[in-house]
Amino acid sequence: MKSGSNLERVLKAGHFAVTTEFGPPKGTDLSIVKNKAEFIRGNVDAVNVTDCQTAVVRLSSIATSAILVQMGIEPVMQMTCRDRNRIAIQSDIFGASALGIKNMLAISGDHHSFGNQKNARKVYDIDSMQMISLVKRMRDEQKMLSEDKPFQGEVPMFIGAAANPFAPPVEFRAMHLRKKIEAGADFIQTQSIYDVDKFRQWMKIVCDMGLDRQCAILAGLTPLKSAGMARYMADNVPGMQIPESLLTRMAGVPKERAAEEGIRIFCEQVEQIREIPGIAGLHIMAIEWEHRIPEITERAGLLPRPVMQGNDFFSGDPQCR
Amino acid sequence: MIKAKRKPLEELFDLTKGFQRILCVGCGGCTSVCLAGGQRETQMLKTDLSQLFRENGKSAHISVFVIERQCSPEYISDIEDMIKDYGCVISAACGAGVQLLAERYRSKPVFPALNTMFVGLDRSTGLYQERCRTCGDCQLGYTGGICPVTCCSKSLFNGPCGGTNINGSCEVSRETPCAWNEIYERLKMQNRVENILSIHPPMDWTDKGPGTLIQSGYESRYIKK
Repeated sequence: MKSGSNLERVLKAGHFAVTTEFGPPKGTDLSIVKNKAEFIRGNVDAVNVTDCQTAVVRLSSIATSAILVQMGIEPVMQMTCRDRNRIAIQSDIFGASALGIKNMLAISGDHHSFGNQKNARKVYDIDSMQMISLVKRMRDEQKMLSEDKPFQGEVPMFIGAAANPFAPPVEFRAMHLRKKIEAGADFIQTQSIYDVDKFRQWMKIVCDMGLDRQCAILAGLTPLKSAGMARYMADNVPGMQIPESLLTRMAGVPKERAAEEGIRIFCEQVEQIREIPGIAGLHIMAIEWEHRIPEITERAGLLPRPVMQGNDFFSGDPQCR
Repeated sequence: MIKAKRKPLEELFDLTKGFQRILCVGCGGCTSVCLAGGQRETQMLKTDLSQLFRENGKSAHISVFVIERQCSPEYISDIEDMIKDYGCVISAACGAGVQLLAERYRSKPVFPALNTMFVGLDRSTGLYQERCRTCGDCQLGYTGGICPVTCCSKSLFNGPCGGTNINGSCEVSRETPCAWNEIYERLKMQNRVENILSIHPPMDWTDKGPGTLIQSGYESRYIKK
């Protein structure tokens, strides 16, 4: 075991893993965190905690993740390269480990020009590829960057990375994935998939390169809530591509039935994706729809979630390894 | 070359309104080439600023002089005699030129007329594009002559982020090409994709305060043994 996290155990045991996403609140109202978390409990294997997504200031990913640990819900702490230099990144990884966080996702992060601090100075001291290498070095060699002397204590972190199979340069995306695996990624969560055929073709390339055997690939899915949301995402979300046929299908149902249609599409996609060779699980990005996670996971046939033997995570003791 | 643009006139007025005699000093170097701080632009600055002084019920004597290159000590002595007659200086050089004037004429307030923007190229008359962040460790060799530090909005070294738009533009602006899409395409054309297949380690930003450059061959002159 690299980290002993629940997600790692589920994947190692060969189960089809399920993760979802959790957006921390703007502010310090922890009742929001706790209420949302209860919708997730037991319905997924781990939950990504976003790191000031869309570059809007929110309760930190590390603090929110630590609260989830205390609640007995396993977080995947997202960490962007946007706001931290290598000093802060390494320090925060120590902090996360000390707080019992065992999964992280290294990403570049949405550019600050999208958010509510447009005049900020960007950091990007290291990129996500370099962050993956750095965490791996911390975990496997107990060494920091530029230092040969090992540090005290361990960093048992299950390392995640993102992949977008559809964005240009499309040909390079599988090579880029291989690079992330070489850097040390244990699992991959993809950008939201709407064109399953296109994704299947990409996975064929990935499997031919043998990448599915070197890391766990979790296919990203976002249920569509309404025709408006679908159109908005297609037009505005970076790297997002939604086929016109789906936009038409969402627009074709009355407004009050749109969410239902979105969940139906989602369930169909889950079935199709489970058939694709090389897929180890699903990452559900139900944006501000945490309360629908119990229903969505149930209807998509993803419940019950496996309970792993020897899982020390739910003891609630952050020191527990 | 360095590219700059004039500060808002109101800001310049605010900086200089307490002075009766103002010397506007242009620069014949980069800021002249990018049409921000040469003879013509400094003359225009004098005209515009005088007008604003009048509109605010003030009068000031403003003179113009253009120095060949404000970042060079031998040229900035040109104003040594005339500067005595002025209360302050407005320099239309880049930030380096302004500082050399301020350092050489310590007792005079020296105000910047321009915002120094970037190291860029001339696309057309009056149209410039940023191409270099002067990072001190040029990456262009393995990226097909496209700078990932400058041209990628996130300054990534190992490939694109997930935000590239379907038309190959950057997530930040549909008018800006994704640098990594261009890097890939160019390397592919040159049969050099292997350049970006291995992991590029973290940069040495040499971000240690104001840098000093001693050109090779000049070490003995400046470094004491």
